[in-house]
Amino acid sequence: MAIADQTMPPRGLLSPDGWLAAIARRSEALVIPLGALLVGLAAFGVFLLSQGKSPVDFYALVYKAGFGTAFSWQNTLSRTAPLLLAALCVALPARLGLVVIGGEGAIVLGGVAAGALAGSLSGLPGALAIPLMALAGAAIGAVWIGTVGALRHYRGVNETIASLLMAYIAIALMNHLVEGPFRDPASLNKPSTAPLAEHMRIGDIPGWNVHWGLVVGIVACILCWILIERTTWGFAARIAGGNVRAAQVQGLPVGRLIVGFTALGGAFAGLAGVFEVAAVHGTANASLAVGYGYTGILIAFLARHNPLAIIPVAVLLAGFEASSGLVQRRMDLPDATILVLQGFVFVAILVSDTLYGRFRMFAPERWGRG
Amino acid sequence: MTVKGHLEAGALGVETVGMTMRFGAFTALDHVSIGVEPGSFHALLGENGAGKSTLVKCMMGFYHATDGQMMVDGREVAVPDPKAAHALGLGMVYQHFTLVPSLSAAENLVISREDAPRVIDWRREKAALTAFMARMPFAVPLDQPVRALSAGEKQKLEILKQLYLGRRFLILDEPTSVLTPDEADEVLGHVRALCQAGKITVLMITHKFREVTAYADAVSVLRRGKLVGSGKVAALTHADMARMMMGDETLAEPAPRAGAAGAPILSLSGIRARDRSGLKEIAIDRLEVRAGEIVGIAGISGNGQMELMEVLTGQRPVTAGDVRVEGGPYHATREEARVKCVRYLPEEPLHNACAAKMSVTENIGFRSFDVNGSGTRFWLANGAMRRQARDLVAAFKVKTASLDAPMASLSGGNVQRAVLARELTGEVDLLIISNPCFGLDFTAVAEIRARIMAARNAGAAVLLMSEDLDEVVELSDRVLVMSEGRITYECSGAEADAVEIGHHMAGHA
Repeated sequence: MAIADQTMPPRGLLSPDGWLAAIARRSEALVIPLGALLVGLAAFGVFLLSQGKSPVDFYALVYKAGFGTAFSWQNTLSRTAPLLLAALCVALPARLGLVVIGGEGAIVLGGVAAGALAGSLSGLPGALAIPLMALAGAAIGAVWIGTVGALRHYRGVNETIASLLMAYIAIALMNHLVEGPFRDPASLNKPSTAPLAEHMRIGDIPGWNVHWGLVVGIVACILCWILIERTTWGFAARIAGGNVRAAQVQGLPVGRLIVGFTALGGAFAGLAGVFEVAAVHGTANASLAVGYGYTGILIAFLARHNPLAIIPVAVLLAGFEASSGLVQRRMDLPDATILVLQGFVFVAILVSDTLYGRFRMFAPERWGRG
Repeated sequence: MTVKGHLEAGALGVETVGMTMRFGAFTALDHVSIGVEPGSFHALLGENGAGKSTLVKCMMGFYHATDGQMMVDGREVAVPDPKAAHALGLGMVYQHFTLVPSLSAAENLVISREDAPRVIDWRREKAALTAFMARMPFAVPLDQPVRALSAGEKQKLEILKQLYLGRRFLILDEPTSVLTPDEADEVLGHVRALCQAGKITVLMITHKFREVTAYADAVSVLRRGKLVGSGKVAALTHADMARMMMGDETLAEPAPRAGAAGAPILSLSGIRARDRSGLKEIAIDRLEVRAGEIVGIAGISGNGQMELMEVLTGQRPVTAGDVRVEGGPYHATREEARVKCVRYLPEEPLHNACAAKMSVTENIGFRSFDVNGSGTRFWLANGAMRRQARDLVAAFKVKTASLDAPMASLSGGNVQRAVLARELTGEVDLLIISNPCFGLDFTAVAEIRARIMAARNAGAAVLLMSEDLDEVVELSDRVLVMSEGRITYECSGAEADAVEIGHHMAGHA
């Protein structure tokens, strides 16, 4: 029968299972987001021209401020840490088909938990107190975003809206707590919790001017990649994300997977808040809500929710953010300019999602039998 | 505005000449020339993917043919879009209803008109519609909401709508797939009478030979985009038509039945659950499936089969009663399914049993990715998963460009083969199936039915829910009928009578 000899093509250089076909297939996931990034940057360049500014000067300045010198690299990498963790809070639920955009809420609550607990834990040695503080921040983040997952699965509440609204609640809660119950009476201009004792501070990576959050963030990304790609839990989550009906027919515990993955994402975002308090500000205050959670959305989408891809993308976006001060001073542009840039890139990324499977150069068949 | 008087102008003859349609490198239609005489009832036969839908979509202006012409009443015409086809008097009745369920038949008819006025003078329209109905050989109630009509009445209304719109050439796309045999006979009988009266010409897509011989005058057969035969129905036997449709491909022999039924495997008692609308109840008092038997549940779709499947797969909570497998309670968790060897083949496998964007390898691994001997594993065994997929793809003859290709890139038959490969591997004690052959071609249907029979012969208990009555009768040791969420009839497979079952399916027996 004609069917039989078509079923198993020979494995080799030009077979559809061969390496050339594999490269073609994988490069699609690299080329399309990269192309969308360039289109977004170009469109923003047109916007700059309309404002009478030179895009060439702008991008040169962004490069210089974000990646040009050792100092700018340190600045960039310090901002990378919270972005890595915030992006995981989007990417992990996304693998289950959930669009969670409220990581900002888990960040601020994780930070407040750290700031509030630091005082009562300061009697313990740092090696014990810091992990406890981190655990508390991660736990509250997990509960916060895990609730979003539970609402979604058990009550049918839209997770995108719920997480966004819960982020507003979290920010209001933070303002209430740092201005009320947890306020350090000494903080006059900017209400804050009591400053962390010196031994409660998370320091820098030896030899670098970058705090340990970067290492934790990178390790978290690698562990998440292993979880998703190499464990049966991750495989089950991908099935549920690919088709929840198929997952149910397979008897997979869809509810537990959704709550588990959203809670894990929330835990990472909470941890980001802990690092902001313990390694950067030294106290919890309104500076926690500076939009890392929202930039994390952009990073996760650019990385196509692949935890390994999050690492380079987060560095790039951190560089953009690091440059905003210099752009403001040198080019006389408002500091929201970087937000506008991020908006352009985000729209380009969303549009590019419709392009998958449209380019024949990525079709494995083209590089296979022909 | 009164009803258009086109009907009096009579049936249209339509002809395609060298119709060719290419999608990229793929040729869906290859110089197809068919002639449909005015006033004839012409059947268009072919396997899935033979090009039937492509041909009628070209005729109706949904697609622009790459090459070829169309002649209406002997004149060459251009059909750039469906509106142009409608203006020529060409109309189409789709497989699924296109009526608005909450509106009455009269409202449905009037709003379907392209020149429906902004302010509708209902008294005048009603009078015109009543006069129109009086001229028709069959009628449907004009004032009831369409959702209260039976499937047969809805299909009649679809056809009346085309006549009301002045269409003189009708394309019917598998018009009886949602009807009981009785309803199908009634509707097709009326259509045939309209053709014989010279009012319309009909081109009907079908895969039921019985309907072709009973109602059509002429038949054209497509295979792989080519016209492989046509002629008067009277001169052709079912075997001739089957040979034209299939070419040289041979069907898998109907598998012989072997062995007798053993101990009960699946038993449901006193099951109560809400249906999809939340308004009606699914009530299965008693249902038992024994080892080595196929129990078939016949019924028109929407009578609770989908909900029963959901109860059995753990997707729908029961309000009362219990499901037992091999004597113990069963809640369709993954562990229970593994230990008791329960497997599922849901309908529309791509939408209910696969993740379309995941690879063929991964989809085949869904059942076993976490199994390690008799226990479970934490780390994925990608190499073993790939080897298993490679073996199963070969053993079940799944046609795929690559093991890494996304599941969505496979044809319907190959998706079902891949799912069968996954679910029928290893020991199977209970197999729960819903519409396994829906939309598949002959060769795939024969092969899939043979595999189901083989699973039964190997001792599996099989529960088969299907809207295809022929399939239920062919495969089942026992036949049940489900209507309005209840089991309303039972007989043995040997004494199953399609007409009797059809009455029970329709809910009036």
